Amino acid sequence: MKLARKDLLGLEGAAREEIELILNTAGAFKEVLQRKIPKVPTLRGKTAVNLFFEASTRTRVSFELAEKRLSADSVSIAKAMSSAEKGETLLDTVRNLQAMKIDFLIVRHSAAGAPHFLASRLEAAVINAGDGAHEHPTQGLLDLFTVRERFGSFEGLRVVIVGDVLHSRVARSNVFGLRTVGARVTLCAPRTFLPKGIEALGVEVETDVDRAIEGADVVMVLRIQKERQDGCFLPTLREYAALFGINRKRADRLKPGCLIMHPGPINRGVEIEPEVADGPRSVILDQVTNGVAVRMAVIYLLSGGEVEHGVVG
Amino acid sequence: MTARRTVLEQREMHWVVTRLSHEILERNRGIRDLVVVGIRTRGAHLAARVVREIEAIEGHRVPLGILDITLYRDDLQDVGPQPVIRGTDIPFDIEEKVVVLVDDVLYTGRTVRAALDEIIDFGRPKRIWLAVLIDRGHRELPIAADFVGERLQTAENEVVEVMVTEEDGEDGVFMREIAK
Repeated sequence: MKLARKDLLGLEGAAREEIELILNTAGAFKEVLQRKIPKVPTLRGKTAVNLFFEASTRTRVSFELAEKRLSADSVSIAKAMSSAEKGETLLDTVRNLQAMKIDFLIVRHSAAGAPHFLASRLEAAVINAGDGAHEHPTQGLLDLFTVRERFGSFEGLRVVIVGDVLHSRVARSNVFGLRTVGARVTLCAPRTFLPKGIEALGVEVETDVDRAIEGADVVMVLRIQKERQDGCFLPTLREYAALFGINRKRADRLKPGCLIMHPGPINRGVEIEPEVADGPRSVILDQVTNGVAVRMAVIYLLSGGEVEHGVVG
Repeated sequence: MTARRTVLEQREMHWVVTRLSHEILERNRGIRDLVVVGIRTRGAHLAARVVREIEAIEGHRVPLGILDITLYRDDLQDVGPQPVIRGTDIPFDIEEKVVVLVDDVLYTGRTVRAALDEIIDFGRPKRIWLAVLIDRGHRELPIAADFVGERLQTAENEVVEVMVTEEDGEDGVFMREIAK
């Protein structure tokens, strides 16, 4: 089995075997990260550019570390430092990157589809590091890796995703990924945070958090994306915290062994209480650790995969 | 491809592994600080046999590790789709240890070069020895084995196949000629 694709733009349509290959490879990279010298020479001579047009701490650092641990050369560009601020179009940015003969472009953009636009015009492998409210595939993969690490497999697992599903690219990637590997997924949120027709993705939908989390194996808590609210989704954050927040009382009722996850950054006291985020069920920091291994795996596998589609434009 | 020619039968292969184990113990004067690390895939199985032999002789088990050198290969740019990584597993500290690296066939020396690079990323061993079942020559790097089961004179268009029961269902070493 090989990852026969040029880019990783989303988990929608990804085959189960592809996901399993990435997770297995990530397992080997996790071992590398635990060595005295957590670095391998595998991608010496390859160049990666991290183009982050939206704020990010953990994803950007995680990708940068993954590239460095693989011995690739890497450059990171934030929007404020780029010529986009001077009015350069995304296409011109791409043409310039193409001319510099890079091997990987890791891109985060507020517009859904921006990585797809770049991927169709670049010879380099493009990895989506989050595009609007569309997908965040490496976050989805690291979540899957963290779940599999604890449970061994996905068969029969019930995963509940609680929070701002509407604006969440993490939720979408997780739904695609989890469904593909055989987990049962329940989405739980106020009606205003649930996209119309989301059930078509093969998930269950619930608006009562206490009912949703009963018997769950994993509770994934989503961040309330304050920057994407225009005031009409929630009456108050306090009300949201009371009705949907994962507090200690709710965490205490979870079944033994149930994991609590959060992609970060956390709004402490809103979608999750600090005692729960830092409590024994929480694997939030494991997710961060696993992120580097998963991104190493994705970069490694894309570095030699056969090109599935041609370069357009 | 021509028919295969037997170099070592199952019984002979067993004798060779036993002799290698004795030689390792003799050179190290026992098992003190000794650890054995096999290179995936067949080297790892042979390393496990060496560990069992040493245990049978000395009555104590020495630590066994497995090395996957995929990430240290110098030809990843040329091999196209990435080889599957099966993982390295060295569950002990190699600092100040005598590491016996085990592989099935010593050929160009590039696998051993990669293995040395990888081992050194785990720490600083006191010494690294190389034990191979077969040395078939044609070195491209200045690398030599400390313990050799069998030296073979081979042409470049010949392949040496080491079969182990754990992977291939049978034990034995075979040679065959391939068309150029």
